[in-house]
Amino acid sequence: MTYFPEEVVEHIVDFLGSHRDRNAVSTVCKAWYQVERLSRRNVFVGNCYAIRPERVMARFPWMKSLSVKGKPHFADFNLVPYDWGGFAQPWIEAAARGCPCLEELRLKRMVVTDDDLELLARSFPNFKSLVLVSCEGFSTDGLAAIATYCRGLRELDLQENEVEDHGCQWLSCFPDSCTSLVSLNFACLKGEINANALERLVARCPDLRSLKLNRAISVESLNRILARAPHLVDLGTGSMTVNHHTEAYHRLINTFLRCKSLRSLSGFWDASSCCLQAVYPVCVNLAALNLSYAPAIQGDDLIKLICLCFRLQKLWVLDCIGDKGLAAVASSCKDLQELRVFPSDIYGAGTTAVTEEGLVAISSGCPKLNSLLYFCYQMTNTALVTVAKNCPHFTRFRLCILDPGKPDPVTNQPLDEGFGAIVRSCKNLRRLSLSGLLTDKVFLYIGMHAEHLEMLSIAFAGDSDKGMVYVLNGCKNLRKLEIRDCPFGDDALLKDVTKYETMRSLWMSSCDVTLRGCRALAAKMPSLNVEIINESDEADEFQENLSDLHKVEKLYVYRTVAGGRTDAPDFVWIL
Amino acid sequence: MDGGVGYVDMDALKATELRLGLPGSDPPEKPPPTTTTTARPTKRSLDEDRAARREPSEGGRATSTRATKAQVVGWPPIRSYRKNSFQAMKAAAEAAGLYVKVSMDGAPYLRKIDLEVYKGYKELREALEDMFKCFEGCKGSEYAITYEDKDGDLMLVGDVPWEMFTSSCKKLRIIRGAEAIRGLGSSQ
Repeated sequence: MTYFPEEVVEHIVDFLGSHRDRNAVSTVCKAWYQVERLSRRNVFVGNCYAIRPERVMARFPWMKSLSVKGKPHFADFNLVPYDWGGFAQPWIEAAARGCPCLEELRLKRMVVTDDDLELLARSFPNFKSLVLVSCEGFSTDGLAAIATYCRGLRELDLQENEVEDHGCQWLSCFPDSCTSLVSLNFACLKGEINANALERLVARCPDLRSLKLNRAISVESLNRILARAPHLVDLGTGSMTVNHHTEAYHRLINTFLRCKSLRSLSGFWDASSCCLQAVYPVCVNLAALNLSYAPAIQGDDLIKLICLCFRLQKLWVLDCIGDKGLAAVASSCKDLQELRVFPSDIYGAGTTAVTEEGLVAISSGCPKLNSLLYFCYQMTNTALVTVAKNCPHFTRFRLCILDPGKPDPVTNQPLDEGFGAIVRSCKNLRRLSLSGLLTDKVFLYIGMHAEHLEMLSIAFAGDSDKGMVYVLNGCKNLRKLEIRDCPFGDDALLKDVTKYETMRSLWMSSCDVTLRGCRALAAKMPSLNVEIINESDEADEFQENLSDLHKVEKLYVYRTVAGGRTDAPDFVWIL
Repeated sequence: MDGGVGYVDMDALKATELRLGLPGSDPPEKPPPTTTTTARPTKRSLDEDRAARREPSEGGRATSTRATKAQVVGWPPIRSYRKNSFQAMKAAAEAAGLYVKVSMDGAPYLRKIDLEVYKGYKELREALEDMFKCFEGCKGSEYAITYEDKDGDLMLVGDVPWEMFTSSCKKLRIIRGAEAIRGLGSSQ
């Protein structure tokens, strides 16, 4: 194999896209490592603290696209304190120095400042695409810098970020010479937008295919924008408040009639049922529909709209659709692959919500379903067994029963058998989230059958350390394990410490691991960072006096070649 | 004579109460602490956290109370961005609405409905029938739905386009029996 001349190896390696394949190739021998690293264009860093940015830039000097993830997943649910870390600055600085031909940057769950964005905008002459997902720390001033300095920008995609509003001028910062935009998503911005500037921008970007507006955009403006961009494939509608029988409404219907390329719709924040008819013309072509931010669309109107979209592959809705609504969807949308049902009433009394019936209906009507996120009030083992039989193609299965530790309401049993059926039947399951009353048995099933499982999320489950051990022993491909409020302690944590080197990370909060266990883990495995997050006030004062038996509030363990990090705040102890 | 040793004159007690404010002015009642909605999950002490957490998993595995559920940090697992949007949406939804009173002859109390919920007269009629069916003496008794418009006149529901009706209707009145029959003439 080593007799292949480099050019040949290079040619072959060029065909490899996936990171895993390329990572494998690079370990064959030094020559192949060299060939691979110089030809890699897309670099993915799953944990920003696993490696120093400089090393990444040095290894892949010709990278065009960089993707970095920061905080652990549970940060989405306020379990990670605000200033824990995940700063984009060192990455952007290192890239500016080492990889000037960078064209795309994708950051998830990181802290990005306006200065970072300005540095980014000024440092890469070929920069084309910025995607920020669940990030924070920047304002519209940073966006202004991007708009001003990134000539040839093709994509600015802001997904669910916390962005400080410093005014609407940023949009006007796109120069008149900017005609290259293909994708613009500012749906998460809370402030006002200069509608004129937006309309002019849309008018001069003939390649624009994806546009997601924020709530401030009025229907009148939406009309004008759509009139200029009838070739849009993906649209976020903005607030969509329009009264039936008004002129704006009639114009909207006509505008949508001309949008023959629309395949994906989202937004609808303030939309009421009566304005939905405007989008009926595009329903037949829709592949994706996100109504999860539209609580005013309910009942028959909601169902009618979705059932018109018989080519739908991806649907995100609120649980006010109800079980009957889901049954209707199941009979219309036979191509459905991804379904997410979000709760509309988190804190109050249960209003129309979904139960196991809705899920069973969907499973029997939509056998192509492979990705599910389902928030419901109850679930039964029988239902899960049926779902497992109907839909063996699940790759992502996330079930959230809103009441923690709730058993099967019919039999009062734990949901072990139900989830067991899922992992037995769905041989390609890569991601699983559990909920409801669960004993160690479910983990035995998972360890035995979930061969390809890569990410597992557990909450309020299990009886003993055995549960966690079953998972660590059994799931050979496990990459991320996140656990909260389970009775797993030091024995489970320390059972197989080398396992964590094969995983990206482990998160345990409100479990039974103690300081002693964490210290032991850190001592045995120098290749892991063992971080303890301790926010309670006592910890500050008695840090040295804390006994080894003190239970650790939050534990985050991850493999790294970068050593301990230097940017950790006071409440994070790296053992 | 006063009522005895145990008697406490609340007024007298209040008069001696030390508080800020002019005499004779009452401070507003302190609202009772809410246990359900919390916009941001608050930080709780380790023990509190464990107590709430243990509840569902210990002993008889009793399902947690609503109050406990609301206070569990990071549960349900929904992104803060979405949670915050819900707060805003809920507030907006509750603020909207075109509520008018509905009275029915002979009914002991009035009702209120949101006209924005209905798409047209048919739906409105069905909703009103549903709402007041418990008061109907015998099924099929004649009734007419009327409304009071901006000028204060009593109008028959159904004559004008729906939007014009919703924008001018101030309250609804369901007239029953002989009066209704007399007034109806030809059916709508």
